[in-house]
Amino acid sequence: MIIGGILVITRRNTVHSALALITALLAQAGIYLMLYAPFVAGVQIILYAGGIMVLFLFVIMLISIERTIKERQFNHQWLIGIVAAAALGGLFIAVYVKGKTLFPERRPSYVEINNTQGVADLLYGQHTGTYMFSFEIASLLLLVAIIGAVVMAKKRI
Amino acid sequence: MHDFIQYVVSYLSSDRSPGAAGNIFWATVYILVVFAGVSLAVICMNWLERKILAHMQVRLGPMRVGPHGLLQPIADAVKLLLKEDIIPADADVVVFWFAPFIVVLAAFTVFVVVPFGPAHAITDMNIGILFMLGVSSLSVLGIVTAGWASNSHYPLIGALRSSAQMVSYEVAMGLAVVSAILMTSLNDQGIGTLSMIGIVKMQEAQHVWFLFKFFPLGVIAFVIFAIAMVAETNRAPFDLPEAESELTAGFHTEYSGFRWSLFFLAEYAAMIAVSSIAVTLWLGGWLRPFANVHGPDVFIPYFWPPSDASLPRGALDLAFSFVPGLAFLFLGGVCFYNVRRMPKHPFFKIQTTGLAAFGALLGLVGLILFVPAVRDRVGDIFWFTAKVAGFMYLYIWYRGTFPRYRFDQLMKVGWKVLLPVSLGVVLCTCTWAMRSEVWHEMIVPLWQTLGDELHRLVS
Repeated sequence: MIIGGILVITRRNTVHSALALITALLAQAGIYLMLYAPFVAGVQIILYAGGIMVLFLFVIMLISIERTIKERQFNHQWLIGIVAAAALGGLFIAVYVKGKTLFPERRPSYVEINNTQGVADLLYGQHTGTYMFSFEIASLLLLVAIIGAVVMAKKRI
Repeated sequence: MHDFIQYVVSYLSSDRSPGAAGNIFWATVYILVVFAGVSLAVICMNWLERKILAHMQVRLGPMRVGPHGLLQPIADAVKLLLKEDIIPADADVVVFWFAPFIVVLAAFTVFVVVPFGPAHAITDMNIGILFMLGVSSLSVLGIVTAGWASNSHYPLIGALRSSAQMVSYEVAMGLAVVSAILMTSLNDQGIGTLSMIGIVKMQEAQHVWFLFKFFPLGVIAFVIFAIAMVAETNRAPFDLPEAESELTAGFHTEYSGFRWSLFFLAEYAAMIAVSSIAVTLWLGGWLRPFANVHGPDVFIPYFWPPSDASLPRGALDLAFSFVPGLAFLFLGGVCFYNVRRMPKHPFFKIQTTGLAAFGALLGLVGLILFVPAVRDRVGDIFWFTAKVAGFMYLYIWYRGTFPRYRFDQLMKVGWKVLLPVSLGVVLCTCTWAMRSEVWHEMIVPLWQTLGDELHRLVS
């Protein structure tokens, strides 16, 4: 996954970046599998790698790419970039070193419950379903995005 | 060494798939068998497609290469291997090389969860159907990269059209699958399953194929999936992306020789894979027709009942257990009939003997399938394969019958027709499945509230 991520940002050719992103997403699905969440891994592959990346590739292929490859790449804010990346890296290292003491009650229990059933219980269960409202809000957000895209892109008759 | 033999033999008495039992040796054996089987099936499909299309178009098809063209696929394979490997100028070589690899990978990985029997799958994942849909959607990426890497107009347009078509029909396919999964949850615990073997076992427990459940909802969902799967695999009548008269072979125009044969292999393997999904979800997988009707118990020494005590032993089971052997004997008989019809000229001597040998081979397989030890184990695999073969015939029939859809008509059907109908099927399946609860907890209180309001308004 790290190799995929590095390739995404370093390749000059946009299609190569997109393919590297696909490998990074598949690696992410593998990480979900290692966390005993096969349902989330399957949905990640179907939606992200198989749907969203296809649309990414659509757009990349419809724009003229030869011109953009030959353009000189520039980055005028490299100093701020280095400061922000160092701060983020420091935060990660601090959490990793002090991790267990920071979140004692959230230690994940890798129980072999059925992941699909677990997700369904959390969403739709009668007494355990606490995430229904946020689920609906998220789907409404996606709907707003779709409607916004259609409104912005449709032709005036 | 003794441990290894113990490890190998210990699986033979288990009733689970090798992946579920954790047995790596047998899992590898199953993987090799499935891979060889699918490749053999693709080769047969090549010959069958040319012959069946030809007979539908009142002509004969390949007749020269072997007896009745039986060696034609081998000739095609040899030709493709010996062809010059062309890479277009200014094409992106790494991506060009990678694209058929992605498509073949996606097409063949799907077969890991295909259930040929209650223990005859490579593995049985909890999320079997989700895995199949997800991995088959990765083949779209291979097609898009193939079209782009060819650095040429026709492949690029073909690739974009193909990926748009496949993504659109994946939505309808997914919703039809959801409606079938809903039917698996109608057991006493109210818990459904996404595993492929579990889905067929639910059909066995509910004594009905999901095709006939909640009539006509099962049929409509099946028809939606059948249409979407033809569009998903870029086959006629949805084969505009690879149509010769419009796009000169679309996304695989610039691929020649072995690389093209990889695309061909992946396309037919994907056809077999989505047909397996349809057979598992709606047509009862490995179950024989009328699997819950057994008839009276029959006893024939050394022949029936089967040695495995868990297998059913009724008269109808005995009758249906003859079908695999009889099918192969029938095919052998067809071969011998055509041997009699061969021209009686010395030039045809080799072909005639070849066809007679093939017919004898089929007859021998048929006779082996009557032996009780083979018959008990192979019955499930035979029924599953027979149903998938029926779907393959349907694919070829569609190709010979329907004219091609224009691209905007294709997208219109996918979004404006199949999507609303599949949404409606999911809703209706839900309400039918829960009808008593829906009636008592939602509809009746609604009526009562309406009645109270009307009373208050009137009085």
